[in-house]
Amino acid sequence: MTSKVTGISEFPDAFAQQRRVTGMGQMDDQNDPVNMILGLKDVRKAAHNCAVFQSGAKPGRIVIPSEVAIRETRQIPFEVDPPEHGGFRELLNPWFKRPLDECYQARLQTIIDETIENAFKAESFDVVSQFALPLQSKALTLLLNTSMDKAQTWIDWGTHVFRSEGSDLDGDKANILYNYIDEQIENAILNPGDDLYSVLLNSEANGKKLSKEEIKGVMILTFAGGRDTVINAITNSIAYFSENISDLKRIDDQPEILNRAVEELIRYFSPLTQMGRVATQDTSVCEHAIKADTRVSLCWASANRDEKVFKDPNNVDFDRKVNPHISFGFSHHNCLGATHARQILRQLVLSLANKVAQIETIKADENIEKLGEFSRKVGFNSLHVSFKSK
Amino acid sequence: MAKVIFITKKNDAVEVEGDSGSLMELATANGVSGIDGDCGGVCSCATCHIYVAPNDFEKIGQPEEIESDMLELDDNVTQYSRLCCQIEVTEAIDGMTFVVAN
Repeated sequence: MTSKVTGISEFPDAFAQQRRVTGMGQMDDQNDPVNMILGLKDVRKAAHNCAVFQSGAKPGRIVIPSEVAIRETRQIPFEVDPPEHGGFRELLNPWFKRPLDECYQARLQTIIDETIENAFKAESFDVVSQFALPLQSKALTLLLNTSMDKAQTWIDWGTHVFRSEGSDLDGDKANILYNYIDEQIENAILNPGDDLYSVLLNSEANGKKLSKEEIKGVMILTFAGGRDTVINAITNSIAYFSENISDLKRIDDQPEILNRAVEELIRYFSPLTQMGRVATQDTSVCEHAIKADTRVSLCWASANRDEKVFKDPNNVDFDRKVNPHISFGFSHHNCLGATHARQILRQLVLSLANKVAQIETIKADENIEKLGEFSRKVGFNSLHVSFKSK
Repeated sequence: MAKVIFITKKNDAVEVEGDSGSLMELATANGVSGIDGDCGGVCSCATCHIYVAPNDFEKIGQPEEIESDMLELDDNVTQYSRLCCQIEVTEAIDGMTFVVAN
């Protein structure tokens, strides 16, 4: 861990040299090694080739760090391969596109406005625990269509669902989430409503009614997949604008660049570093042999800085009109929650641009992931700032 | 002003018209099913895949490398595929019909 107050808007490319030299990296993870695919085109090809690089391995194995030791429930549709995967996506996609509705966006705006107002009232605050976590949790009530008071429980869990203070997986902490979801499913059976639990209890996928275990799998994915990632994206955006306030002013002056700006920030931050797959047969990537039943990772963070695709990849450029980043994954398993995440960021960044004159950093503790030979800044453990309003 | 028709997967014909922006923006603004445009038009998501009529493809033009790399890995790609976020709405496309791929 490091502590600093300058240069916090910079997120170095941890993979540049290895990507240029071999296109592959290696890391161990709980004695289940990972061959990391680093170039954008190679990552996209592997992501698309789900017959050879499968997601439907033992539950938890495609996640890095592996969750095999703490989870038996299969996350759905994330850990299911086509064609079964397609049936689940067909069911879930309309629900997860609800952030495009005006009513959803109006409710999200209220949450964002309140969060920013609270920030103005504080002399200083920790963006991670006092801004990004509450905002993410309250916004999640919209995605689940549950009451706002549920958010406090999720805020009380802290920033990591699966981890305690360090980076190690914490089975006891994960069980809090799993038990909570079990309870919520039982509650929805007794008191059906119009929340996601109730909707799933009355749904079919691939011609079969969803089981409780499958519903639990969808809910674990929804809780876990959109937690650290959204918190990182929010916190990192504020860190970026703290040292580049003219870019925030530009968005206020030219709101038509908002979408490009958000996509560029998402590319630059890559809030999720990588996701794994398990090889179903002996194969190769970049002339590197991959044995059957071993893991590869699709390293989104490296691919998003690939100089063969992106001009000046280490610069944040809001004029980047074509930006084929893969921060939300690629192909069949692209991120189910991407619409929700994008909507939060678009509305948040525009609101910050409208309201905030200055962001002063007081102290910052960067979150550096140790990934074998690589060390990558993915976000912050804490980031204390003050906001000055316009 | 350009008036174009989208044919959706359910074979619905949706006629829309516009004079600026991208063809993806025109489709999403009019709720054309199968055109999501998740990334807002930066060529990152491939959720705006269409087929151009063979007779019109030369007028529309070939995709740039980044777009064709995206299309290459789409299961439903054909030689007439384009991502409509990369096609501008101008009078040049007036009267064309586009088939939604997904």
